[in-house]
Amino acid sequence: MADADPIIRLRGITKVFGEGATAFQALKGVDLDISERDFVAVMGPSGSGKSTTMNILGCLDVPTSGEFQFKGVHIEKLDRDERALVRRKYLGFVFQGFNLLSRTNALENVELPLLYRGEDRKTRHELGMAALEKVGLADWWDHTPAELSGGQQQRVAIARAIVTSPAVLLADEPTGNLDSARSIEIMELLTSLNKDSGITVLMVTHEPDMAAFAHTIVHFKDGLVERIDAGDGAGRKAGVLA
Amino acid sequence: MLGTTFTLAIRSILRHKLRSFLTTLGIIIGVAAVVAMVTLGNATTAAVQQQIASLGTNILQVRPGQGFGRGGGGPRPPDFEEADVEAVKEQIAGVTAVAPQAQTTGTAIHEGANWSTTVNGTTSDFFKVQPWPLTGGRTFSPAEEAAGKSVCIIGNTVRQNLFRGGRAVGQRMRVNNISCDVIGTLSTRGQAGFGGDQDDVVIMPIKMVQRRFTGSRDIRLMLVGVDSAYDSAQVQSSLSDLLRERRRIEPGAEDNFNIFDTAQISATMTQSTTLLTRIVAAVAAISLIVGGIGIMNIMLVSVTERTREIGIRLAIGAIASEVLLQFLVEAIVLSVLGGIMGLVLAQVAIGILTPLMQVPWMFDAQINVIAFLISAVIGVVFGFFPARRAASLNPIDALRHE
Repeated sequence: MADADPIIRLRGITKVFGEGATAFQALKGVDLDISERDFVAVMGPSGSGKSTTMNILGCLDVPTSGEFQFKGVHIEKLDRDERALVRRKYLGFVFQGFNLLSRTNALENVELPLLYRGEDRKTRHELGMAALEKVGLADWWDHTPAELSGGQQQRVAIARAIVTSPAVLLADEPTGNLDSARSIEIMELLTSLNKDSGITVLMVTHEPDMAAFAHTIVHFKDGLVERIDAGDGAGRKAGVLA
Repeated sequence: MLGTTFTLAIRSILRHKLRSFLTTLGIIIGVAAVVAMVTLGNATTAAVQQQIASLGTNILQVRPGQGFGRGGGGPRPPDFEEADVEAVKEQIAGVTAVAPQAQTTGTAIHEGANWSTTVNGTTSDFFKVQPWPLTGGRTFSPAEEAAGKSVCIIGNTVRQNLFRGGRAVGQRMRVNNISCDVIGTLSTRGQAGFGGDQDDVVIMPIKMVQRRFTGSRDIRLMLVGVDSAYDSAQVQSSLSDLLRERRRIEPGAEDNFNIFDTAQISATMTQSTTLLTRIVAAVAAISLIVGGIGIMNIMLVSVTERTREIGIRLAIGAIASEVLLQFLVEAIVLSVLGGIMGLVLAQVAIGILTPLMQVPWMFDAQINVIAFLISAVIGVVFGFFPARRAASLNPIDALRHE
């Protein structure tokens, strides 16, 4: 599988925040390939550029320069709406802060991406319940985020991310706000989604214990990829530095 | 996509009831204030015009003495005489009838009930100058007028108080110590424009009043009916010339009588009530603007609060225009809802205030439509533009928004 075309290919990605004297270069030319079905942990100290890279990979932000190919398409050449369509069709997001809609029950939160895809009511309900089933919260479908624990909220967020069967799941410190027992549950969930559903998982973390669940660990430092290791869960080495 | 957006908008409104209510409140109050104030203003104008019309529009009131604001000093000018009445009636073109009046007050008594009222001595011409239908009986006959017989026509207030609403025509009553036969009853006329109950009156032949009440043959007031085909200013000027001649006023000297044209009062009062309505409308327009600013504030605050929500929606694949459309639909739904509630509230307020203010109830479709449209535009504009700014952010910046 290492020989197949990577699903994600970054070449010379730079990102500058601000202008003039206050400008800050967060990324200084990142090259990275990620293979389909890989489970990648992105590590590095604060300010190393790992989150910036994730945001660019998630089409939530645009690089200042460089090439970003996703399934062979040059994302850096797309406009806002086209990037939104890439997110809608291929990507799922899990955030450190969960980012669920308040006053909205779990099922409706999970169904939201399907709504934007134009799925009908019945399909939305079926897929939404199936996703909640996968994260073990089918019985909690009518609870609002305020009525759920942090771990449950994150599982709802994961259900929302996978309800569209995305090609890539991007998780930005998904366990950052959880205790270790909840964190392990979440990691096991991500592992099974990667293994059973074949979803490529990209996860930012600064906890080595969590990174150990990944097959590939990418270390960032000072806006560049420092090195790439195989994780504990790895039996194969998929990420290759070009 | 429109159906989806509509679903999302309605859900969002229902989930944030307090926010939705506060947003709507500005519109409700603004619309209700404008509609109620303008409608009540128009109703007041209509009421004033109605009262003026009840005075009779084509009537010249002629009194001895100088007009308002010019009085003071000198001997009291003489009252009119019967011959003056005849002269006006016969010599001036365009005069339909001339009713002399001698007024005093008296106590009307019937079977133990007594009622203090106005006694008005006049002729049957009084009913030609200004139409005032009888509900029963008749007016004075020429013989009764000439002889000054003790007959009377009573207003509705007097009838209610003396006869308890029962049959009055053919009964005998007393005014002070003079007994008289009731020959007619008058229809209700209501309040006069300047206070006073026009129905609180006993009308008797002028000769009778002069002889038994005032004790003189003087006439303090002439009501001159003007044919509507004639120019009332023209009639007024010939009337003035005639009276100057009869009262022997030197050329250049001031009139010692005054002529009051009710058509002129009507025009003046209509003008001032119209002005009043405009002022009220301006105040109401300000309240609509204040309401609009209220909406803008709530919308701005809620968009700031909702920037993260916009970020979430963008991250999970919503296109900026879809998010915007949702906010637009929310703003439209809230504005329209607020507008409708404002219109209903206005009708309730008008329903309560109309009887209290003693003005006629009316429904002005134009102001309803205008207030509604303005509120809709304010709601949509103020709801839309803050949302547009939020939706134009990078999804990650919107997500990080605190």
